[in-house]
Amino acid sequence: MLKRDDRVKKEGAGWFLRGMRDGLPIALGYFAVAFALGINAMRAEMTAFQAALMSFLNVTSAGEAAGIALLGVGTTYVELAFTQLVINMRYLLMSCSLSQKIAPETSMLHRFLIGYGVTDEIFGISMAVEGRLRPAYSYGAIAVAVPGWTLGTLLGALLGNALPARAVSALSVALYAMFLAIILPPARKSRVIAGVVVISMAAGAGLHYLVKGLSWSWFTDGFQIIFLTVAIAAVAALLFPVKETQEKEEVSENGE
Amino acid sequence: MVNNIYFAILLMALVTYIIRVLPLVLIRREITNRFVRSFLYYVPYVTLAVMTFPAILFATNVIWSALAALLVAVVLSLLRCKLPVVALAACVTVFLVELIPFA
Repeated sequence: MLKRDDRVKKEGAGWFLRGMRDGLPIALGYFAVAFALGINAMRAEMTAFQAALMSFLNVTSAGEAAGIALLGVGTTYVELAFTQLVINMRYLLMSCSLSQKIAPETSMLHRFLIGYGVTDEIFGISMAVEGRLRPAYSYGAIAVAVPGWTLGTLLGALLGNALPARAVSALSVALYAMFLAIILPPARKSRVIAGVVVISMAAGAGLHYLVKGLSWSWFTDGFQIIFLTVAIAAVAALLFPVKETQEKEEVSENGE
Repeated sequence: MVNNIYFAILLMALVTYIIRVLPLVLIRREITNRFVRSFLYYVPYVTLAVMTFPAILFATNVIWSALAALLVAVVLSLLRCKLPVVALAACVTVFLVELIPFA
């Protein structure tokens, strides 16, 4: 019979491998999307090292895309920080769910490390695990997904230049297509979400042309995103407060 | 204004990490306020929708290829195709449309 420590170690190794296995398709998807992100970074005159460092430290497609866009046109630290706060606020809710999924006695160190890897996709597979989420599972998923994300960004920034303009143009829509793939499947199931998505896009376009027409240069893209998100999400929350069961359904739907 | 790119990257990472880690280290109970839960529930849909449109229209060489890619991505997403499939199909669509000599 194994001693308790050995048994815990063996179990941990098993969960780590499971995390790696489930993280592999995520890594492949990340690679393609990150490649496009790297091209965007290169266009915004970031170096390949800076782009890769950003991906390794941030691991957030929407946040990084917004950050690159802001850095490309010139921005302030305040605007940059607020944009990340608003765009990535969804991680707050995910981490709330995850805090219920891990064992209550999970150590602080584990909590700090798991927090690094809370992305839409890793959150999805983590919540799909039966029973409690083991830290080792998260580390396994992070160990394959983050290198895919970072390497994709690095190569995109390095090789984006070598690609013909047509290929760069083609890859430029990858991130937007990915966002649609995240928000539209739940929209099909819920009329409220469908309405929120359509209204958001219409309002986004409307505000874009209004700001352009009035030459309100102070109303930057970053603040437009913050303004629209807070306003529309608040109105939707007031008019259509979600039920507990509804939230759980949508989350499991999102899990790739 | 941003004058140090490394500080900007670290700032982004710090804000994002704090958002991710705070609930894990602080909140041991579920949020019960229904408005806050609902607000956070809708945030990703609004943010990603606003970021996608109209920005996707200006991402490519010509607007027609972007419109075609938007259409393809919307249809495939509604058909619940996997994320990498939707992304790749949109890229291929842009490439093919831009091969057509018009406009």
